[in-house]
Amino acid sequence: MKSVELNNIVKTYNKGEIKAVNNVSFSVNKGELFGLIGADGAGKTSIFRILTTLLLPDSGTASVDGCDVIKDYRTIRKKVGYMPGKFSLYQDLSVEENLNFFATVFDTTIAENYELIKDIYVQLEPFKTRRAGKLSGGMKQKLALCCALIHRPNVLFLDEPTTGVDVVSRKEFWEMLKTLKQQGITILVSTPYMDEATLCERIALIQSGSIMMIDTPGQIIKNYPDKLYAVKADNMSRLQNVLRSNEQIKSCYSFGDFHHITMDNVQLTVDNLLVSLQNEGLNDLEVKEIIPTIEDCFMNLMSS
Amino acid sequence: MKQFITFVKKEFYHVFRDRKSLMMLFGMPIVQILLFGFALTNEIKNAKIVICDYSNDVTTQQIINKLEASKSFEVQRVVSDHFQIEKSFKSGDIKLVIVFPENFNRDLLHLNKAQVQIIADASDPNAANTLTGYATNVIRSYQQELSSNYSAPMQIIPEVRMLYNPQLKGATNFVPGVMALVLMLVCVLMTSVSIVREKERGTMEVLLVSPINPVLVIIAKAIPYLLLSVINLAVIILMSVTLLDMPVNGNIVLLFVESILFIITALALGLLISNSVESQQSAMLISMMGMLVPTMLFTGFMFPIENMPVALQLISNIIPAKWYYIIVKSIMIKGLGFASVWKETLILTVMAAVILVISFKKFKVRLE
Repeated sequence: MKSVELNNIVKTYNKGEIKAVNNVSFSVNKGELFGLIGADGAGKTSIFRILTTLLLPDSGTASVDGCDVIKDYRTIRKKVGYMPGKFSLYQDLSVEENLNFFATVFDTTIAENYELIKDIYVQLEPFKTRRAGKLSGGMKQKLALCCALIHRPNVLFLDEPTTGVDVVSRKEFWEMLKTLKQQGITILVSTPYMDEATLCERIALIQSGSIMMIDTPGQIIKNYPDKLYAVKADNMSRLQNVLRSNEQIKSCYSFGDFHHITMDNVQLTVDNLLVSLQNEGLNDLEVKEIIPTIEDCFMNLMSS
Repeated sequence: MKQFITFVKKEFYHVFRDRKSLMMLFGMPIVQILLFGFALTNEIKNAKIVICDYSNDVTTQQIINKLEASKSFEVQRVVSDHFQIEKSFKSGDIKLVIVFPENFNRDLLHLNKAQVQIIADASDPNAANTLTGYATNVIRSYQQELSSNYSAPMQIIPEVRMLYNPQLKGATNFVPGVMALVLMLVCVLMTSVSIVREKERGTMEVLLVSPINPVLVIIAKAIPYLLLSVINLAVIILMSVTLLDMPVNGNIVLLFVESILFIITALALGLLISNSVESQQSAMLISMMGMLVPTMLFTGFMFPIENMPVALQLISNIIPAKWYYIIVKSIMIKGLGFASVWKETLILTVMAAVILVISFKKFKVRLE
């Protein structure tokens, strides 16, 4: 049995005017760490809300832990943990009060499932009398995760858990997810950060409500159709203009210090490219072949 | 049950940690009682009057003394020239002139009848009305005193008694009104904001994805406000008894029970509002415009309902505060028992039940 399953889910808002989720189907295996990768407004939150029984789909079926999201919504609500994208704990309650409250809401106690949250909670313990609203972004996320885990859910839904959190806390957060996975909890996580995609076992790349590709991050990278080069010069913005006006360059995207390009291999070689760029008056040129990142794959899928 | 207690505890934390709301919660009734009790009263104290006494005898002296002794009047001067009357009014601060004709005492003793003229500055008709009422009262009571001393009746005057409020005390009317107003405001406003706040902050999303029963959520929300409202009620009654000399003539337990019924009605209304709107602002707006204004207008303590057009009179029937106002007046002022307010009680009970059922039904188990 799959842990999460969606079949042709469609969700529209404003009486069908805005299509948020467009015929989405995928499934998540038991104990899998599955990532939903896409920009803001791609439909990630809508999918999460349908799976957590907060929204009804227009059409299609979905099940979580073997229960239908429409018929058996009460059962699902007992078995899943949900952490919304926006920090959604009581800001005027302390860390401990929040945790206690959610433990009781799920008819359990902190002591009963302390093992599960121990690693995370020890970091929060020094602040346990502090009001949740006064915590740092990273701490808030840890507390929210603790509250979502307190009843030992079978499936954990984390909607953009690392948005607005500093780099160190983000790293820690993913470490925690790995530990949780070992406990046999199915984790469905969404993120707009492409670099986090490789930390998932399988990912779905989603854009404008449709899924473009589902696979392991490694396989998605392997499937990248072209050779990818990183190009650098003294004047990067001019370089970009030149590259984009070159008809033999298939794509050119700016990635930090480099522009990532793919080219029509039949007509253009690296040496030819170097020469033509030099003729344009660009200096300090550097061209190297690189392994694509998930972001490259995402861009490639988006443009095709 | 344990879930419920934790929930109620959580609500209390919210209430007590929100200092601003708490101040409003307890400050408002006190301010309103003080405002209505001392500032916005239609009772008139120390109105300046002038006596025009052509007779200047024992009787008129005694009446003047009585007028002076009353808290309502302050006799500015006694004149014996009717040209002074107009002058006094024009000076502006004289509200009333009392004219005793010549031979007042003699007429009274021999003809058993004497006339006294009361002239009021009716540019403020309400004040004029009230003051002439006060003055007639004083004169009439003097006349009664006089009659008991003589065997022959001095004069036949139609007896007009101001039932329940012989001194036309303002407090009798407004205390029940303020009670209705404060309870309505506190209960509706606070509860309506409290559920919407959970929606706005996103905590409702988390609560929904949990096994908790929605009915539990709603009831737990209302309990702290129920308790605080009862405390508020006690404060209002205590203040009106001690500061405004307003006794509770009826059964105080009955008064509290009826008040709790009204509080529950108001809480249900608040829950209904918060289940129907999406933001704290609209919840507040609806509570203020939709609840406060009708409560002020249609309860009857500011504007008599009997004077309204029939359509408005009909509308006033759906305002819970109107029925509560009638109940409180009956118990507090007239000292009546349950037998005379059962009809109003029944109406309130039905209202509370209907609103509660609707608000439970309106509670959304999903986000849309």
